[in-house]
Amino acid sequence: MMPIGHYLFLSLALFLIGAIGVITRRNVIIVLMSIELILNAVNINLVAFSRYFGDVAGQVFALFIIADAAAEAAVGLGIIIAFFRNRETVLADEMDLLKW
Amino acid sequence: MSPTLHSILAFVQTWWVELLCAVLIVLVVPLVAGYIVLVERKVMADMQARLGPMRVGPHGLLQPIADALKLLIKEDLIPDNADQFIFWLAPVLSMTAALTSMGAVAFGPWFQVARDINIGLLFVVGVSALGPFGIVLGGWASNNHYSIIGALRSTAQLISYETTAGFALVSGFLLAGTLNVRAIVETQRTDQAWYVFLAPVGFVTYLIASIAETNRAPFDLPEAESELVAGYMTEYSGFRWSLYFLAEYANMIVVASVGTTLFLGGWLRPFPNVHWLGWLDAAPTLLLVAVGAYCVFRAGKQPARVQSMFMWAVAFGCFVVAAIFALAAPFRHLPLQFMHDGLYGAFWFLLKVSAYIYIFMWLRFTLPRFRFDQLMRLGWHILIPLALINVVDVGIALALSSEFGVNRWLAMAITTGATIGAAMLLLRWNDKHAAAASAALLADSSVAEGTHAG
Amino acid sequence: MLDSFIFYFFAGMAVVSAALMVTRRNAIHSAVFLITTLLATAGIFLQLRAEFLFISQIILYVGGIMVLFIFVIMLVRLDVPLPQIRSRTQKWIALLVALAVGVEAGVVLWLARKVPGQGLLIPNAAPADKLPPNTEELAKGLFGMYLLPFEIASVLLLVAMVGAVVMAKKRTDA
Repeated sequence: MMPIGHYLFLSLALFLIGAIGVITRRNVIIVLMSIELILNAVNINLVAFSRYFGDVAGQVFALFIIADAAAEAAVGLGIIIAFFRNRETVLADEMDLLKW
Repeated sequence: MSPTLHSILAFVQTWWVELLCAVLIVLVVPLVAGYIVLVERKVMADMQARLGPMRVGPHGLLQPIADALKLLIKEDLIPDNADQFIFWLAPVLSMTAALTSMGAVAFGPWFQVARDINIGLLFVVGVSALGPFGIVLGGWASNNHYSIIGALRSTAQLISYETTAGFALVSGFLLAGTLNVRAIVETQRTDQAWYVFLAPVGFVTYLIASIAETNRAPFDLPEAESELVAGYMTEYSGFRWSLYFLAEYANMIVVASVGTTLFLGGWLRPFPNVHWLGWLDAAPTLLLVAVGAYCVFRAGKQPARVQSMFMWAVAFGCFVVAAIFALAAPFRHLPLQFMHDGLYGAFWFLLKVSAYIYIFMWLRFTLPRFRFDQLMRLGWHILIPLALINVVDVGIALALSSEFGVNRWLAMAITTGATIGAAMLLLRWNDKHAAAASAALLADSSVAEGTHAG
Repeated sequence: MLDSFIFYFFAGMAVVSAALMVTRRNAIHSAVFLITTLLATAGIFLQLRAEFLFISQIILYVGGIMVLFIFVIMLVRLDVPLPQIRSRTQKWIALLVALAVGVEAGVVLWLARKVPGQGLLIPNAAPADKLPPNTEELAKGLFGMYLLPFEIASVLLLVAMVGAVVMAKKRTDA
């Protein structure tokens, strides 16, 4: 039985790496992948607490987060494809049409 | 002794059976896959009224060894602008996914690597879903247009039919009430029915979906030689290609094992609870003795002495295995029962898996290939709605039989009839639409060609 | 012993793969490293005895979402490596902020660990062999207490599917 602090550290590390990815990268698809990483970090946290408290609610919530991440990835990639068809770019720097 | 070494030894001591099974799977499956290729060539030859490989070894029995040696000594080519890391990784991924998913398959009551895991068969299905990664990454890493198109087509086909396979399996899981592999076979014994008889639509849907899952004909457009050179495998040669090839045949064994476990009764002999059919227990021994006798008979007719010696050796092997089966028979009711169950169970399981794979081969050499849009249409427009309706119907039948006391067989028969009726309606609707869609597709391409040429 | 070895193996694999993922220039390499990160996370779930979640992660995340990502990367022809970091100062600011947050949270966790009776108050966790079967427990939760979120999740997935199809469809101009 690992002490729960280990899981919290791991979750924190993955969260921070995901956050760095979101802030730093130009390629929007890699930003989306970093968001998936953040969601995974949260899942680890939830499942660890679910195990230690013996309550299945954490795992149910994690399952919903996985389903939600699938929906979000599908819609996000649809948006990227539609944008790419119009603007021929996926770099976040060049997606600045709203500011005139 | 250091504590690490001590804990490693304790681990091996507790889990030695599972480790042995795992090692056997990794060593034996490539060899078996090679011999399945030989069987396929012989079956193909039989259906085409010819003989197949006959030169290498007696009746071509050493052909897979020759092929393996040839592939191992071939030059390892890596295309110029290919992505080195992913080019190396892709076949490894395919092979790893195929072999790992074999971990939870029970080849008999005692031959299983991951025993008593809660999610049993779902583990097999899920891990074999990692196979498409090897395909799509390999096709991309080859830096070749044909490879990428073949890889994308193959992956699109695989993920489309995964949904169908999942739904078909769910209808079986509803009947079994559990995901645990051993419990599924036990419930088929206590229910006295293989689930293929209770949910035939589920079995047929799973059969079709598993043919598409393993890129077999008639769904083998991604690797058809006349279409795309060799699809995603174009740039792979020698050992890397053999890894892909072995992964495909290992996948075939896996889907056949899943179908056998869930629908064909796993390792149970036919009619396991009927006592007056107990003489079927002697079937393995009798079958092996018959094969051995046939080998002895053919040994006298071989032209060369080394070939007849080989036949005698094969016959001797058959008789030895038959003797092992016969010796294990009296142990049925003794403390060494596990030996009897394990041996006979493994025999029946492998027999059913072989029958399933024979159906694969039979369909390959009989039916023409699907065009890609026809393939996608079949998957999404016909099979997924059918599989969904099947799940609903099996659920209704189970609810009828458990809540309202209707006889299970009657309930399943009624709902299977409803599912087949729905399938007819689907097919009729699809015919109307498919004709229009195909006509539009062909009109588009001919218009494009017309303007291009004109 | 085996437990902690499995945890450290998968945790190390997750962190290293994640770090590699956010630093690759080639999008396909990032996707491959995200796959390994997700597989490592699935391993952590398995180590926490959440078996159904382990296989759901593999089927849904790795077998579904990552295939989608790889398809889009290939269709959009993103495999050409591009200069990927916005500006050098932004990268360093991001790293600094992440380090600050990490150190702060790490210190809190570390201090809470050392205080007996306070901090992370966890009741006795069930030993591994006495756990109820995971799939059945999850099913009881999903179809019992959390039935409404379950139905809403299915509606959400339907909406997402329709939305993605509509958005990615080719415009047929009149």
